[in-house]
Amino acid sequence: MVGRRIMYWFSVAVGLALAIVPLPGWLDAMRPDLALLAVIYWILSSPRIAGLWYAWLAGLFLDVLRGMVLGQHALGFLVVAFLTHRLQLRMRMFPIPHQAAAVLLLLALYHFIIFWTDGLTGHGYTGWNRWLPVLSGALLWPLIVAAGDTLTRRSR
Amino acid sequence: MVELSHDSRPIIGRGPPLGAMFLALAAASIALMVADVRYGQLERVRGWLNSAAYPLQIAIDLPFRAWDWIADSFADRDQLRGENLDLTARLRLANLQLQRFAALEQENRRLREMRGSSAGVAKRAIVGSILNVDLDPFRHRVLLDRGASDGVFKGQAVLDAQGIFGQVWRVNARTSEAILISDAEHAIPVQSNRSGVRTIAVGTGDPNRLSLPFITGESDIRKGDLLISTGMGGVFPPGYPVARVTKVERSARATFAIVEARPTAALDRDREVLLVWFDAPAPVEQPQAADRPAPSATAPAPATGAAR
Repeated sequence: MVGRRIMYWFSVAVGLALAIVPLPGWLDAMRPDLALLAVIYWILSSPRIAGLWYAWLAGLFLDVLRGMVLGQHALGFLVVAFLTHRLQLRMRMFPIPHQAAAVLLLLALYHFIIFWTDGLTGHGYTGWNRWLPVLSGALLWPLIVAAGDTLTRRSR
Repeated sequence: MVELSHDSRPIIGRGPPLGAMFLALAAASIALMVADVRYGQLERVRGWLNSAAYPLQIAIDLPFRAWDWIADSFADRDQLRGENLDLTARLRLANLQLQRFAALEQENRRLREMRGSSAGVAKRAIVGSILNVDLDPFRHRVLLDRGASDGVFKGQAVLDAQGIFGQVWRVNARTSEAILISDAEHAIPVQSNRSGVRTIAVGTGDPNRLSLPFITGESDIRKGDLLISTGMGGVFPPGYPVARVTKVERSARATFAIVEARPTAALDRDREVLLVWFDAPAPVEQPQAADRPAPSATAPAPATGAAR
């Protein structure tokens, strides 16, 4: 249990670090939200550890790292975490492609929340390429599951 | 996926119900956003949180810096020699110009003293490195390795060797965030060096393009004009190059011409920038207000880089 908690925090921290690692321009726009994907994975695999509180803190830290309005990503992470908790029993029965589709919807909702709060706070950017991370994140989902399952199997 | 033994939540020791927790945290995030945006009261909280984020930012920057350092130390002799020759030649040229400028500056200062206005020339500058950290792909912000401990303040002008780069937008203990002049939320008051027409250059979100939306069809702006900072608003020192006009499109029907300019500073390639201190020019001079296009006079807080 403790090992899992450490793994949870470690993977989210890695996701947060990768959120600000410099990338070339074209890759930068489609950078997947690895921290959020890690949160979703942990909620599905061990919901006792990954509660809403943890997801919220991770989002808040992302706000600080990227110099955004405080609470913006925190709200996005929170909504996604809440829905994942609600759908958790169903989602973990899905086959992987089906699961990736569910993740796609969750990511779309997350980016919509960011887009919406951006607009409310006057930073609106309306280009189509701000929605690219939704797609790249969903495509990455099978890999996240594979990596996470390998990690948890070893810890048992 | 994984085993089913992990029940969704244990029956005992569940803590507060999920829905209640969600509502509480959602209310907390909304309160945070309102406090941050509307009232700007979270500077201190952000400062603490940033101290926690600082090690991570440095850790990410480090490998890139190490790589640069390694690449530098293994640069071959010919390359170094070539660079050295090039720099010597450039230094000679710069010194030559400097000799002329020293006299001019002296004369300028004397004239300004006669008119009783302060100089508005950059007095002191420190070099800040841009940390290798991506903040947001759609905003032109960079993280500098100088913060409040170096005396950096909010609204400080940031320059590079070729012109105006941006201004400091948020100061942390050891780092600061700068907003580039090309950010879509930034605007800077400029003046054509050739004709003296004043206007405002607005960022477009493209590092190679500024837009000048308040140029009327009759204004004397031509392709190739150098735009310099006016110093109005007191953020930027006056007289530094900002951009060069690349496109002027006038049409008989539209009131305003479509004017675009290319920043002289290497906004997307700089690794090091200058943070400058200068005496704000005294706001006494108000020459020929007539040749200023009307909208620029009423544009809200042009030099602050605040939301338009």
